[in-house]
Amino acid sequence: MAADTLVGMTRIDNTSASDRQVAVSVRGLVKHFGATKALDGVDLDVHEGTVLGVLGPNGAGKTTLVRCLSTLITPDAGTAIVAGYDAVRQPRQLRRVIGLTGQYASVDEKLSGRENLYMIGRLLDLSRKESRSRADALLERFSLTDAATRPARTYSGGMRRRLDLAASMIGRPHVLYLDEPTTGLDPRTRNEVWNEVEAMVRDGVTVLLTTQYMEEAEQLASELTVIDRGKVIASGGIEELKAKVGGRTLRVRPADPRELRPLAAALDESGLTGLATSTADPESGTVLVPVLSDEQLTAVVGAVTARGITIGSIATELPSLDEVFLSITGQKASTPQDARPELEEVAV
Amino acid sequence: MSATTLSPAAPTIRVDADPKIGLRGHLRHTGALIRRNLLWIRQDPESMFDAILMPVVFTLLFVYVFGGSIGQALGGGQDAYVQYVIPGMVAMMSMNIAQAVGTGFNEDFHKGIMDRFRSLPIGRASVLIAKVSVELLRLLVATSVVMVVAVLVGFDINGHWGGLFAAVGLSALFGSAVMWIFLVLGVTMKSAQSVQAMGFLVMMPLQFGSSIFAPTGSMPGWLQSFTTYNPMSGLADAARGLMLGGGHPIAHGLTVTLAWTAGLTLVMAPVAIRKFTKKS
Repeated sequence: MAADTLVGMTRIDNTSASDRQVAVSVRGLVKHFGATKALDGVDLDVHEGTVLGVLGPNGAGKTTLVRCLSTLITPDAGTAIVAGYDAVRQPRQLRRVIGLTGQYASVDEKLSGRENLYMIGRLLDLSRKESRSRADALLERFSLTDAATRPARTYSGGMRRRLDLAASMIGRPHVLYLDEPTTGLDPRTRNEVWNEVEAMVRDGVTVLLTTQYMEEAEQLASELTVIDRGKVIASGGIEELKAKVGGRTLRVRPADPRELRPLAAALDESGLTGLATSTADPESGTVLVPVLSDEQLTAVVGAVTARGITIGSIATELPSLDEVFLSITGQKASTPQDARPELEEVAV
Repeated sequence: MSATTLSPAAPTIRVDADPKIGLRGHLRHTGALIRRNLLWIRQDPESMFDAILMPVVFTLLFVYVFGGSIGQALGGGQDAYVQYVIPGMVAMMSMNIAQAVGTGFNEDFHKGIMDRFRSLPIGRASVLIAKVSVELLRLLVATSVVMVVAVLVGFDINGHWGGLFAAVGLSALFGSAVMWIFLVLGVTMKSAQSVQAMGFLVMMPLQFGSSIFAPTGSMPGWLQSFTTYNPMSGLADAARGLMLGGGHPIAHGLTVTLAWTAGLTLVMAPVAIRKFTKKS
């Protein structure tokens, strides 16, 4: 079965993705708030059964995009078609086929997890019995059974997000919007949420995911659309974009700190094609080298050992969102910020 | 900008008939949301206390502290004042329902749950109708408690049960009209506290510059011209006429109350609905 072959594999390579049917099609979407152009002509496609990552800094227009696609706001111009329904002309039909998990958990804090899910089942026209069994099944699946009868306000941040995801899944949506699903979560909780999202994708749900984190897009999405100031500034398969950005950064630390400069010089002289200049970082005692492929990575290690320099430690790092922006636009993101997840939880 | 992943052809648009939400659907949705608001009360029983305690405290305060002196002016004593003030309390409770709906909406908007509701295929009015239904229920419970207290402090309904129900109904009707103002506040203001503070600012002069607690005859002329058209006076006077019978004219109070009810609904309901549906 086709579904079985997808198990354990969330990244679908680019060629097969564009052969698939389009589940979400956005063309020339514009939304102004007063003088602010939150969306300034956005075009994008999400193919059936894939995850599109919409990457951008705060204020790029990601949330506005999701709100237009879930009929919470009406765009000023352009079209958005989701599972064959026009967001402006057929909002009621569209609401039947989508699930939405917002940036802040949209569950009723005063109700228990089970009551939250039961209520949404009833609002989605499931029978009482069906609502109950669906609620219990989803509580089980999202590991919330033990907390099922506790009010949601007593849940941890991660539990709330999971409840929120469960709530979005009650109606078996065709298309799921995840608006910064892990913003403000600690790394462990973030991994939990990622696992749940991957499981949903294996079930065949089409996902539009917005995120500020390159790492998250890398983990979940097969294709990426980078937006800034309401405009799409790049789009394509993850690998394609990574190549554009310069891929990973290799951080090499010589065993002997005095060999830092010779190491940097060795790498520059190695003359590897496409290799950008390396930079020595005396503060951390490491040299940073952008690498595009595994072959280049191997070549770098080869060049270093050929010079007789002993490597103390070596690590690869993904480009941060800032680096992505820097390389695509040649300028800083509109609101420069640390693209790493914060450790403390955002109060919701 | 690369556009390599965009499909050249626009996807076909499905043209199935607009699935209208039938009456059964609306009832199911409203029922689910009423259940939600009732569960809130179970979670937070103090909220019920707020609605009940204030009218009870006001009743006791006014009857025992001011009742004797105002009663004398009415040509009796405390007993005469009890008869005067209890219909006023029934009128006053119209405000609670309005305020509770406004603050409840404000909380929903700030918690993000409203986004969930608005992205579901339900009639948006269901959220509002559910809230109003639960507040009406709360009004009935609170009124029953106040009536028990009223009887304990010596109120005599004198067989005007029909009048009592009519007064409670009129109070609920007017409360629903005031509710639109609070809905606008609820949708536009930053926090539930500011909705409450703003509500207090509006309600204070309307409640105390009225015939709820004392006859307006001894008030200065400028205040009397305010009380004559104050809907709270109108509502209190009408409730008095309905609950006490003879000697208390109903016509003027009823006209003022109904005129305000119609006016507020006509002006504020469209504003509230527009703000509610457009809120982004």
